[in-house]
Amino acid sequence: MKYLDEYRDPAGCRRLAKEIRTTATRSWTIMEVCGGQTHGLLRHGIDRELDGVVRLIHGPGCPVCVTPLESIDFALDLARRQDVLLTSFGDMLRVPGSRQRLLEGRGETGNVGIVYSPLDAIRLAEEQPDRQIVFFAVGFETTAPATALAVRRAAELGLDNFSLLVAHVCVLPAMETLAANPNSSVQGFLAAGHVCTVTGHACYEEFVSRFRLPVVVTGFEPIDLLAGILQCVEQLERGEASVANCYGRSVRTDGNTHAVELMGEVYEVCDRPWRGFGVVPGGGLKLRPKYASFDATERFDFNSLPIVEPKECRSGEVLSGQIKPTDCECFGTRCTPESPMGAPMVSTEGACSAYYQYGAAESTALTEGAKS
Amino acid sequence: MTPMCLAIPGKVIKWIERESPFATATVEFGGVRRRVSMDCVPEADEGEYVIVHAGIAISRIDRSEAMRVLETLEELELAELRESVDDLPIDRPGTVRGTP
Repeated sequence: MKYLDEYRDPAGCRRLAKEIRTTATRSWTIMEVCGGQTHGLLRHGIDRELDGVVRLIHGPGCPVCVTPLESIDFALDLARRQDVLLTSFGDMLRVPGSRQRLLEGRGETGNVGIVYSPLDAIRLAEEQPDRQIVFFAVGFETTAPATALAVRRAAELGLDNFSLLVAHVCVLPAMETLAANPNSSVQGFLAAGHVCTVTGHACYEEFVSRFRLPVVVTGFEPIDLLAGILQCVEQLERGEASVANCYGRSVRTDGNTHAVELMGEVYEVCDRPWRGFGVVPGGGLKLRPKYASFDATERFDFNSLPIVEPKECRSGEVLSGQIKPTDCECFGTRCTPESPMGAPMVSTEGACSAYYQYGAAESTALTEGAKS
Repeated sequence: MTPMCLAIPGKVIKWIERESPFATATVEFGGVRRRVSMDCVPEADEGEYVIVHAGIAISRIDRSEAMRVLETLEELELAELRESVDDLPIDRPGTVRGTP
């Protein structure tokens, strides 16, 4: 596919990896923020290829993973109602709540439906006027414009059987929380390319001047990932810290202004608890009062039961980059993608599932064609 | 399964609706055509490539920027070639290899 295949060229990958090894005079610790990047790095064997030169710490950029248990329990509660069809992305529906999961293997716990887009949920609401269609809105700034658009369309169509359970999160406040932690060993960040496609990268200037850490906007294909790492290593070697854009084909300085306006019209920033982090100030989005009638938490009652976090699961430490998934005693034994304890083992963006999936893989972008 | 932040490039084939918030076009992904929301890329032309996430286009691909990282690679390749040429053992009359 155009604009994908050319960024997977194995010879190009090897050249960039060699350049990184030549440039680095010591080992640097870099965090890739987005879970999509984590999967790319592991799938293509980039982490192993750069072993000893670059230590990659996996960031919190898995929205499914940081969604608080209370929201998942609310979703489970909604799915048990006869008049409700709860919809979301497949990953979200597989995450365990306190007591059960929305999708148990192939069976469903309640009335749930996987959709590719929140706009599909709008179509369902039009087709089934006697049923309440709720979309569980998870995701970073990449996804928020799509759910905001769904709300705008529902308002325009006068749909009174559509609502959102909003659990959107914002990535920059979480990076600030990580960077401000005195125990953090992160020396540079690969910023999430598709979040920046929406938000732009001008918003990182203040972060860079405050923390003196390089931020390199990075894409997801192996060439993009290696180019981002090279740019970050070059800055670190020169003792510099600036915002660089290595995903220019998609990211503009000010992002996508239409998408930003759409988000701002429907959502406002709020404090939000992140699983594994606690409350992140400014770390979430909620519906503005003028769209409150589309808020599932306003429309439906929810008697929240005490939250039961699985004791053995160390996903909080994984999400904040303190440990690697393989450091957890349950990894691959009591916790697997088929029987997960925590969200990072469920989500296709979770670090645990990436390690489980690619841990033993020998093929890499650097040794052969990396077609997925 | 759709990873949460996965977004893929597709070619705009035909605009269907221009009116916001229902802007829609047919977009092709490796031979597969889908209806995609175009509310965030109203300036996109037919034939142009856009990046699509969760059913909506979130950016237009900048063609010259798309070439940039590939050009860097070409430079690296040239540098590699030059190095390998420098390393070639060349016997010149009257010189002894290995001397300055």
